[in-house]
Amino acid sequence: MHTFLYRTNSLLTFVASVLVVLCILASITDYFHRDSAVVAVDIVQVDRFQVSQAGNDEAFLAFNISADLRSVFTWNTKQLFVFLAVEYATPENAVNQVSVWDRIIERREDALIALPRVQNKYRLVDQGRNMRGRDLNLTMYWNAMPKSGRIYTGQKTLTGYRLPDTYS
Amino acid sequence: MIGYVKDAVRDVHTYFKTLNVRQLISQAISLGLIVSSALMIWKGLMVVTGSESPVVVVLSGSMEPGFRRGDILFLHMSNAPIRAGEIVVFNIDGRDIPIVHRVIRVHEKAETGEVEVLTKGDNNFGDDRPLYAQGQMWLNRKHVMGRAVGYLPYVGIVTILMTDYPYVKIILIGALGLLVITSKD
Repeated sequence: MHTFLYRTNSLLTFVASVLVVLCILASITDYFHRDSAVVAVDIVQVDRFQVSQAGNDEAFLAFNISADLRSVFTWNTKQLFVFLAVEYATPENAVNQVSVWDRIIERREDALIALPRVQNKYRLVDQGRNMRGRDLNLTMYWNAMPKSGRIYTGQKTLTGYRLPDTYS
Repeated sequence: MIGYVKDAVRDVHTYFKTLNVRQLISQAISLGLIVSSALMIWKGLMVVTGSESPVVVVLSGSMEPGFRRGDILFLHMSNAPIRAGEIVVFNIDGRDIPIVHRVIRVHEKAETGEVEVLTKGDNNFGDDRPLYAQGQMWLNRKHVMGRAVGYLPYVGIVTILMTDYPYVKIILIGALGLLVITSKD
């Protein structure tokens, strides 16, 4: 009844249950957290706009990205994965989302972003030739990866961007 | 400590000396109960989450520093469309081990509603096309097993140990078996 193994087993079981409850509690505090994120993104310039070798429209853009995501951090936030997606609809595709820039932010102090001119980090290529004169939305997403518990995403969409009618 | 080990050894010894059929059956049943309740919890989770594997252990460092080797992820598979930024677990034809990476690009067909997505590990330089099957450019819904919704650190480290060092598995199963037969209700 009271062997070493038996006691070890009940101790480990107890420790595990306490940890699980603590993790759930930590995640619940996240749930009630409200942030006041500030995001301002703009397309500064269309560097190049052409048909790629594979025959799809491809744009090279320069963005102005500034954001203050310090309020997103809670005591249970391990890191934010922040990315900027170009979103548009074409006759072929109801939804197109292309991530053009991203960054991992591990500390609250680093969540103040001010980048005056960044070129797209990943290629902005369409599935076809539907990008001329296309209206775009820019959405900033921040995926909060916790120390433990729920993973969640916040976002802010900015509308009213448009690609040129001709290639350059 | 040594005293306890001696106790345990003596327990096992007396167990085999006083072995009788009734006791053996009762222990077989309690072992069966443990196994079947574990199976029930697992299958129950499958139904609730809609994912064929509700919990996965992170096996690679490609999502560091967010997820490290040995952390576990809870998956959920709803009918909601797959969108950029979600962390998905997917299977590639011809590969045994599922991969946990982030969706960085989504194209959803207007006519059929089918999605074509591209993934990337946060800690990798390039996207996942080299990991996909030969000539495969996109993942479709059928490849995706679930999206990660919850995270616990370190819990899966035992799994990592067991895959890296097979004898750990033998020791662990042996110790658990010993515990079951020496515990007298």
